[in-house]
Amino acid sequence: MARVLIRGGRLLDPSTGRDEPGDLLAHDGAIEAVGQGLDARGAEVVDAEGAWIAPGFVDLHTHLREPGQEYKEDIASGGRSAVAGGFTAVACMANTQPVNDDPAMTDFILDRAAHDSPARVYPVAAATRGQQGEVMTEMSALVAAGAVAFSDDGRTIMDAGVMRRVLQYSTLVHVPVISHCEDRHLVGAGVVNEGPISTRLGLPGNPAIAETLHVIRDIELASLTGAHLHVAHVSTADAVDAIRHARERGVSVTAEVTPHHLTLTDEEALGYDTSTKVAPPLRSAADRQACRAGLADGTLDAIATDHAPHAQHEKDQEFTLAPPGMIGFETAAAAVLDLVRQDELTPLELVRRLSTNPARILRRPGGSLGIGEPADVTVLDPDRRWIYDPAKGWSKSRNSPWAGRELQGRVVATLVGGRLVYHVDRGVLVP
Amino acid sequence: MIGSDLLGIEHLERSDIERILDTADHMREIGEREVKKVPTLRGRTVVNLFFEASTRTRASFEIAGKRLSADVVNFSPQGSSMGKSESILDTARTLDAMDPDAVVVRHSTAGVPKRIADVLAAPVINAGDGAHEHPTQALLDMYTVRQQKGRIDGLTVTIVGDIVHSRVARSNIQGFLKMGAEVRVAAPPPMIPAAVETLGVKAFTVLREALDGADVVMALRIQNERLMGSYFPSVREYSATFGIDRAKLHYAKDDAIVMHPGPVNRGVELSHDLTDDRPSVILDQVRNGVAIRMAVLYLFAGRPRSGPDDGGKL
Repeated sequence: MARVLIRGGRLLDPSTGRDEPGDLLAHDGAIEAVGQGLDARGAEVVDAEGAWIAPGFVDLHTHLREPGQEYKEDIASGGRSAVAGGFTAVACMANTQPVNDDPAMTDFILDRAAHDSPARVYPVAAATRGQQGEVMTEMSALVAAGAVAFSDDGRTIMDAGVMRRVLQYSTLVHVPVISHCEDRHLVGAGVVNEGPISTRLGLPGNPAIAETLHVIRDIELASLTGAHLHVAHVSTADAVDAIRHARERGVSVTAEVTPHHLTLTDEEALGYDTSTKVAPPLRSAADRQACRAGLADGTLDAIATDHAPHAQHEKDQEFTLAPPGMIGFETAAAAVLDLVRQDELTPLELVRRLSTNPARILRRPGGSLGIGEPADVTVLDPDRRWIYDPAKGWSKSRNSPWAGRELQGRVVATLVGGRLVYHVDRGVLVP
Repeated sequence: MIGSDLLGIEHLERSDIERILDTADHMREIGEREVKKVPTLRGRTVVNLFFEASTRTRASFEIAGKRLSADVVNFSPQGSSMGKSESILDTARTLDAMDPDAVVVRHSTAGVPKRIADVLAAPVINAGDGAHEHPTQALLDMYTVRQQKGRIDGLTVTIVGDIVHSRVARSNIQGFLKMGAEVRVAAPPPMIPAAVETLGVKAFTVLREALDGADVVMALRIQNERLMGSYFPSVREYSATFGIDRAKLHYAKDDAIVMHPGPVNRGVELSHDLTDDRPSVILDQVRNGVAIRMAVLYLFAGRPRSGPDDGGKL
């Protein structure tokens, strides 16, 4: 296989703490050499001047919509969008049609991904059949088929007895159970964060307590069962605190936060733009700050996009009817670079939360620039300014709150398994 | 200066409100003539786009438009629901192609008039959107108070009832505050919106305290079926604690007036006798509603038409 030399960048490897100028040489799918002045002979050269050379980003939380809703996204388009955003591996949620609750469906997704997606795809299987919150799935068979985690995602398991048994059983297969923590009864009809903004807009409020209470419930169940609980898209200050305290007392809980909850607030909804509607909702400035602090101090392990494509005609509906969610692969890096610009995270620590930590949570390779590791590499120019136009992006959908905005920071190139799969000037290159 | 759309009181300045109320004074006089029609909007098309059923507000806008000689068309699409009918924006684009001079929008979801205004070239007048705003109701309420009290500045206005679901409350809170009144809200705790004090009002859960010294008592309609059990326990309990009758009205000023946006649940939020007799001014509100809507149509739909189409605001 071809040799690719990434030349003249800033090497950032959280697994070793390396942060220095240099080159990276990929050969035969693996990282062959890292250092200064590497020999370019016979290699395709990617210029990384002014850019970071980081282990490929790993996204714990995405919706690729295939099978069943290919008009929103499919594994091919989602995989292209992922590598254009620097994500070399993405975990896809089980809420497809039909639901990924069966080894045959997991097989199908992996097969499709192998043919169609330039990014690695890690299927998350449903925790209960049909995501109905009643009967648990065949976890051993699903893990054998390639499932990396279990989750009913947005169809939160409200029955604590079912959740307890799902967590108990998951200890058999040693994979995390991912919980979208929102108490459905407290959410009610809520579509925006409950507070001054919901009151001003006259839209039903979704209170922070709906998330916080459910996080506390699931932490206690994880403590009881010893299972690995992974809390999806944390958005409230009190949930961050609850997770911090749980970690201090040794509960096996990890957590992710999205670029939108790290950088936007509920004020985005003031124009009733349905591309700002997401679950959990964009919260207050105080919640946002708590999430940033939680990410910085390690309480929140990973940044995950919750990439959730929806068609324009669906988002053109009333705010209450429009489906929640926003696409996020191609804007993620630019958004979260704000934490580096504000001196809340070092570049190395940001990369840890985009790559090393999510790979560790899923117990997958990656997150390292070590010799012999798979050559999944992201080249990110942290300063490059560009105007984001979803119509020119790689997703089939355009539901982004960043549409039309100037962003700072852009992925220059992405390698998956040693192959150059994306270059900003050439687009997505394979398959 | 008044913008191109009337989406809410939130976007108006005090001077805009005064201008609309002053214009309504002239319009009221037209309604008192034997021939209640002037040619002001002749040749203009006003579309009443009512996604949500409404008899009173629609009739009021229709009469207002006709008194100004506009061609008034009522358009009531079936309620949108996912995948079953065209989206609100498609409806708006369709309507836009028919070149109306103003579109009056009523919808059960907050924000729909704003979304429609974003794609429509014609002025959009919000006739009530979910629990967001109902600006012409607030304007007619302010007009009625000014008519009855001679001023708004310095008065105390207490709004009682289902504040959390009420567009009338949101528009009136902002309107009366802009006009210099003190505004209070009173309701059982579940019916008080989160962080309501950020709107500039004081919230009360004890009616007596809320009414103490009030010049204007505005009762809101309780939607019994939808709310009972989750927001208040029973009609009997609501009526006993927050229903306005002559005994409770004693807490307010001696010359306090009683208002209601209608339709009234008699014996629930207002006692029978208060619904019919002074100091309630409910029918004055309805009468003034036509004058206010004439003023609004005149000010928003009566402007000189812009030049050749430049491709719209799509």
